[in-house]
Amino acid sequence: MAKINVTMTVNGEEVSGLAEPRTLLVHFIRETLNLTGTHIGCETSHCGACTIDLDGVSVKSCTRFAVQAEGSHIRTIEGIAHADGTLHQLQESFRQMHGLQCGYCTPGMILRAWRLLQENPRPSEDEIRHGISGNLCRCTGYQNIVKSIQHAAAALNGETFAEAAQ
Amino acid sequence: MIPGAFEYHRPKTLVDAVTMLASLGEDARPLAGGHSLIPLMKQRLSAPSHLIDLAGIGDLRTISEENGALVLGAMVTQRALLASALVQVKAPLLIEAAQQIADPQIRALGTLGGNVANGDPGNDMPAVMMCLDASYVAQGPKGMRHIKARDFYHGAYDTALAAGEILTAIHVPIVAGQGTAYEKLKRKIGDYAVAAAAVVLTMANGKVATCSIGLTNVAPTPLWAKDAAAMLVGTTLDAGSVKKAVAAAEAITDPASDGRGPPDYRRKMAGIMLTRALARAASRAA
Repeated sequence: MAKINVTMTVNGEEVSGLAEPRTLLVHFIRETLNLTGTHIGCETSHCGACTIDLDGVSVKSCTRFAVQAEGSHIRTIEGIAHADGTLHQLQESFRQMHGLQCGYCTPGMILRAWRLLQENPRPSEDEIRHGISGNLCRCTGYQNIVKSIQHAAAALNGETFAEAAQ
Repeated sequence: MIPGAFEYHRPKTLVDAVTMLASLGEDARPLAGGHSLIPLMKQRLSAPSHLIDLAGIGDLRTISEENGALVLGAMVTQRALLASALVQVKAPLLIEAAQQIADPQIRALGTLGGNVANGDPGNDMPAVMMCLDASYVAQGPKGMRHIKARDFYHGAYDTALAAGEILTAIHVPIVAGQGTAYEKLKRKIGDYAVAAAAVVLTMANGKVATCSIGLTNVAPTPLWAKDAAAMLVGTTLDAGSVKKAVAAAEAITDPASDGRGPPDYRRKMAGIMLTRALARAASRAA
């Protein structure tokens, strides 16, 4: 099948590449754009490891064709840290609050949390749990992931989060 | 998990999409949010030669009120539905059901049209639409027609949509004073229902004046439990009447045996969900 030229803006930069229509967006991001921070977990839209930000919403890039993203604005984990290389508050909070163990789900978790905090800068614990319900973690039991997001939300609001990591 | 090869088309108008679907024949499928179709394609359970992406057709994304009905474009996502103040006021049952569909990422892309048109018995909106007496607008080579949700589902993935037709909008009648509820039992967030029940009713002088019941994922199609609902009209929803109606609803189920449990269990759970939905809908009726 003939390849199609696809152009999109990824982490603020316009990029283009050739893709078969059946190429999944996650494969295009990882293999054509060489941005391998976006992970492939289940490939069945359950686990959320492939979560990216697409035109202002969190989506699972394994359940989208690259050609569907023509003209889209995408952010991946590579575009989360600040330009000078310092960590984004969410990354810093995941580090401080032990929000990861093996780290495989972390890029998806952070991308989802990044959008969640823009939609709802002061989420309750319950709202965080529902907000990340499309992202699976098999290590942490979620406790410290939830605390990491609470910690980041507090810091971004200029407040302190008193609880310690478990 | 790579889908089979296909050609991708992105028409800008509905007329172009319908013409394309007609000319490309049976191997062409419309693509909405893709959250049912793409997983099927990855497993090669579906291998269309052509995908006609409806994302470029702007007027399929509108939500409006026309002649006493809520008109929802087929490409309205579950997320957009949840954000609609109009839907929250006029059809809260849709909000309650959409909140229980999958997870935030999937609701961001999954569409109302795809959910109802696909014919997957696990989808939540079909039984809700049957319960609300919604109708679907289908656009095909021979023009436009309306199909009642209650007449739409023939079997698993088998619907009244004819070859070459695209479901473009959903009309949901707006009725004042209704109490509604959707009760869904699921193993985890994101899963299809073990069983779910939708109820719409109105009360007058402490008695049920009208009642409609829909059931999800307990048969090859969504179910409209007409007889069970009729048994409740005129009652005060006393325990005895509810028990009889629930038994009538359970009797029309034909659940599959899968990871969500054996048929007898799922049939009973449909009854439990219905019992809860009736109580909650009654508490909300004006």
